[in-house]
Amino acid sequence: MSLVETNSRCSNQASTFALLRVIMRRDLAVTLRRRSDVINPLLFVVIVVTLFPLAVGPGPDILARIATGVIWVAALLSALLGSERLFRDDYLDGSLEQMTLLPVPLAVLALGKILVHWLLSGLPLVILAPLCALLLKLPFEAWGVLMLTLLLGTPMLSAMTAIGAALTVSLGRGGALLSLLLLPLFIPLLIFAAAAVESTLVGTSALGQVLLLAGLMVLTLTLAPLAVAAAIRVSVN
Amino acid sequence: MAFDSWYDFIDMGGYGFYVWLAYGVTLLALTILVMHGLRTRKQLQQQAVQQQQRQQRLARRKQQERGTA
Amino acid sequence: MWKWLHPYAKGEATYRLLGAWLPWLAGSALVTLTVGLVWGMLFAPSDYQQGDSYRIIFIHVPSAMFSMGAYTAMAITALIALVWQIRTAEWAIAAIAPVGAVLTFIALFTGAVWGKPMWGTWWEWDARLTSQLILLFLYIGVLALYYAFTDARTGAKAASVLALVGVVNVPIIHFSVYWWNSLHQGATITKFEKPSMAPEMLIPLLISILGFALLTGALVCQRLRNEILKQEIHRPWVHAQLGVAEQER
Repeated sequence: MSLVETNSRCSNQASTFALLRVIMRRDLAVTLRRRSDVINPLLFVVIVVTLFPLAVGPGPDILARIATGVIWVAALLSALLGSERLFRDDYLDGSLEQMTLLPVPLAVLALGKILVHWLLSGLPLVILAPLCALLLKLPFEAWGVLMLTLLLGTPMLSAMTAIGAALTVSLGRGGALLSLLLLPLFIPLLIFAAAAVESTLVGTSALGQVLLLAGLMVLTLTLAPLAVAAAIRVSVN
Repeated sequence: MAFDSWYDFIDMGGYGFYVWLAYGVTLLALTILVMHGLRTRKQLQQQAVQQQQRQQRLARRKQQERGTA
Repeated sequence: MWKWLHPYAKGEATYRLLGAWLPWLAGSALVTLTVGLVWGMLFAPSDYQQGDSYRIIFIHVPSAMFSMGAYTAMAITALIALVWQIRTAEWAIAAIAPVGAVLTFIALFTGAVWGKPMWGTWWEWDARLTSQLILLFLYIGVLALYYAFTDARTGAKAASVLALVGVVNVPIIHFSVYWWNSLHQGATITKFEKPSMAPEMLIPLLISILGFALLTGALVCQRLRNEILKQEIHRPWVHAQLGVAEQER
């Protein structure tokens, strides 16, 4: 390989990452300007968690049994709530179309957007999890595993949500459709996350489920940006 | 032949309701699917005929205009 | 010039090809299904455990098989549509999805009806039924996305992407549901799966499976022909095919 080629490749790579950083910083700034978009899905989770004791009664045995399921289902639904902001504004002001014309792979930009979305929706949810666990009287020894499953699972939520949001961005009224498309795809995540916490509760190791979740997360973060890129190309066409 | 009489066949060893319900709904679902396909084709046919007639009318009108001009 | 002509010829050629296949597929499907189901209903011996209720198997298993098969076929056409931009492949999604959804519904319904005498309840969270239910949701999602757009082309492409995302997920969902089921119920329910079937039952089952394969093919043919006509309704060949003969004036 000639020196020039290596050089150009290096600079190419460097510019890709530089651009990724620029995109992420820009996305962060834009999203943080509208704080309610970040905070409302989190409040939604807390409110849903509050509703359940009122609906099924505050007995600790039943609450602890359904706690993981409630928290995870609330997380799935809140992921759908916050999904519009992923691409909507960029689509409306035309910058999404500009991004498809950049000399770097669109999938890299998609990954950047997914990561920013996770930073502002998934990560706060992980931090919020102990509060929800407390409200639902989840035994303390399961808190760590619950947070771990959220830490591994929410990036997947962000990635899958990004696919759905990119597919429906040109529709304008994609909300109900988006949930129809995405919720079935969330099922494995829900199953393994709930099982991990449950096996901790009955005193066995949750390592297997956690490793499965980690594997699924790597798979999703590898493939989803490609799907998002394809979906963006369909939508801006 | 697994059944001795018509009654036995319909009764299906006591499971008649379930077996015939399953077969009936299957037949119904498939029939609806086929009928929907046939109806779509008929509608498309009407649409095509309408379009063709409209085109012919337009062509004739054009010819008449050319004739009067 | 050829590049320009190619897609125009494509729809018509495919339409004619499917038209040639359709009567054979439909006819052989009818014959095979009649043979398979009559054999299964009348001549196959009844099961020593389940009595005659097992006769639902002759529609349940084939429809379950081809509900999955149709999804795979749809994903393959979606891949073709996205990679080679072939419009006929895009329309095939709209042709396959309703057929697959109906097959999934049949598998689901017959499974539930079979479950009633076997488990004593219409709905059991059995792994197979649950994954069929999720498959039905996936089909509905693809169809909803396909028809959500005013521009048919965009809808088809979006549905293609979704079908591909779905097909990557189907094995994961399948595995996770089976695993979940084994976790919660133990290995109690294997009633759908018989380790070995007597040949008197297996042969009619295989014939019905073949019949459902042919039926699926025929239904997809019919719907794809309709879809081609719908998309190319403004083209002269459709008028020649469907319209009244050129009127004399």
